[in-house]
Amino acid sequence: MNQSILEVKGLKTSFFTDDGEVPAVDGVDFSVGEGEILGIVGESGCGKSVTSLSIMGLLPSPPGKIVGGSISFKGEDISHAKESRMRKLRGNDIAMIFQEPMTSLNPVFTIGDQLMEAIRLHNRLPKKELAARAAELLKMVGLPRAKELLKEYPHELSGGMRQRVMIAMAMSCNPKVLIADEPTTALDVTIQAQILDLMLKLNRETHTAIILITHDLGVVAQVCKRVVVMYAGKVVEEGDVKDIFNHPKHPYTEGLIRSIPDLHSKKDKLYTIKGSVPRPGSIEKGCLFAPRCEYVMDKCRTDSPELVGDSHKSRCFLHQVQE
Amino acid sequence: MLSYSIKRVLMLIPVLLGMTLIVFAIIHAIPGNPALTILGTKATPEAIQNLNRSLGLDQPWYIQYFTYLKHILSGDLGTSIQTNTPIANQIWPHLAATIELSFVAMIIAVVVGINAGIISAWKKNSVLDYTAMIVALIGVSMPIFWLGLLEQWAFSVKLNWLPSIGRMDIISNVQPITNLYLIDTLLEGQLDQFWMVLRHLILPSIALATIPTAIIARMTRSSMLEVLKSDYIRTAKAKGQRMFWIVYKYALKNAFIPILTVIGLQTGLLLGGAILTETIFGWPGIGLYIYNAIQYRDYPVIQSGILVIAFIFVMVNFIVDLLYGLIDPRIKYR
Repeated sequence: MNQSILEVKGLKTSFFTDDGEVPAVDGVDFSVGEGEILGIVGESGCGKSVTSLSIMGLLPSPPGKIVGGSISFKGEDISHAKESRMRKLRGNDIAMIFQEPMTSLNPVFTIGDQLMEAIRLHNRLPKKELAARAAELLKMVGLPRAKELLKEYPHELSGGMRQRVMIAMAMSCNPKVLIADEPTTALDVTIQAQILDLMLKLNRETHTAIILITHDLGVVAQVCKRVVVMYAGKVVEEGDVKDIFNHPKHPYTEGLIRSIPDLHSKKDKLYTIKGSVPRPGSIEKGCLFAPRCEYVMDKCRTDSPELVGDSHKSRCFLHQVQE
Repeated sequence: MLSYSIKRVLMLIPVLLGMTLIVFAIIHAIPGNPALTILGTKATPEAIQNLNRSLGLDQPWYIQYFTYLKHILSGDLGTSIQTNTPIANQIWPHLAATIELSFVAMIIAVVVGINAGIISAWKKNSVLDYTAMIVALIGVSMPIFWLGLLEQWAFSVKLNWLPSIGRMDIISNVQPITNLYLIDTLLEGQLDQFWMVLRHLILPSIALATIPTAIIARMTRSSMLEVLKSDYIRTAKAKGQRMFWIVYKYALKNAFIPILTVIGLQTGLLLGGAILTETIFGWPGIGLYIYNAIQYRDYPVIQSGILVIAFIFVMVNFIVDLLYGLIDPRIKYR
């Protein structure tokens, strides 16, 4: 693996509500190497988005707050960095694209305004060069008639086009890390594939590391080399994509893989993991997955397993017993 | 944008026609015979009939309406009973006084109201937010005549800082050109007179601005709160934009449609003549003009006054509609 550019260690992010502290992210560790594509997978509510917003320093605060751990970007801890420092990093070194391309662009400014602003915030360029650079970015993300597009408003574009604009905006300052939070979830399957291809292409050409956050294992299999599986605010498994798909160690990962519908299967009913993600903080003792686990043992209800392993880590007693 | 504007202009025609019809109907609904009023109670039936014929009152109502419309279109608003002079000549100086006052009041209301609303939304649930909203609540609830009297008592009587009534000093000599004295004094290059006129404007415009300021502040706050939660604001933050610009450029433009609506309605109301404020501050505006006409039962003046106010109201909202299209590019397509 290349030298790591972003390293998250023991990250704890909580929301302070009227009912008390809700730990949405509870001790998450992972790192991203230069030019690497890392997948973060998990169901809704498992803390994926909160993790990415914590990295960006964009947690809605109050009530959200980073209460522990560190986030180091090129060796600098940015988990409690000043707002002025974060503003310099955001968009310039760490960029982000979001799940909702339809609403993520400002409806009352043109594509050109928004794209050129993203460039101008971190590079002082004369206006002509700004426009040229903006058109170039649109071409880079595969949008035709770049010059005219600059003068159009978001509502004149389709969802896929808007997501391409979002990507162009995120790539405008050649960031070292691109966080993509469910970038394809809101799009048609064919457009999904195009957007993923585009991200792969940009990764190859610009060597930007990508953190791809998704609930879709199929997407991860297509794009990522390494994957982190999250459940209820914790990392439950981490390793090479092939290893995880072929030999999942954690029952949750296994469940996720079995839940992918198979066209060739003749079964009437699709597989599901019973129950849903527990509300953060509601399980005080034992493994967080125990209530939904098919292999649950007595130990699981009392003790919390640790994340162990070398290149393929998991947080489950099943494998710790064997080792 | 052009086709939207043209469409909007065409829509103006039925509104204006309806407006004249209603004003016409109101005057016809007033009991009493004009000929009888003019000739007195001892007039013979023949004399009344003759006058009715010469005034055109023996015609069916629709003929009368078209005659009325023809007069309005040619700029003839009738003759005042009280002064026996054409109303069209009288009305502009009064209207200008009201426009000048309303304009200054609206500038205060827009600047203070929008900023108070923005800061409230930006620093939600802070001391600043609570203070601004409590002041706004008081502003909405405070009777204008009471506030006006308080202002006069404090700043004119006790402190003697500002004049309490009128548009200008009695001994001053401003030559009316446009009848908008701020402009007239500047056109004549009389800076001291300009300052004098402005000083007269301060107290009444603050009194007049309180309610619009409070309404605009509350509307801005709720509209901004909605917009600040949206995804594109998060995108702007993710770009590394400063919060100040996010709020004042990104969010405000999106939040502006409902704010503009309120500004338009309030401007229309103020231009309609704030009778209370104009009475307290002896401001010779359209409100005071109509108020006097009502006291003298000067029906032609009342009728024309209502017509002019309604016309202004329609025009202000027409301008607001055009501005919508400038602010939000999606509106043209609806």
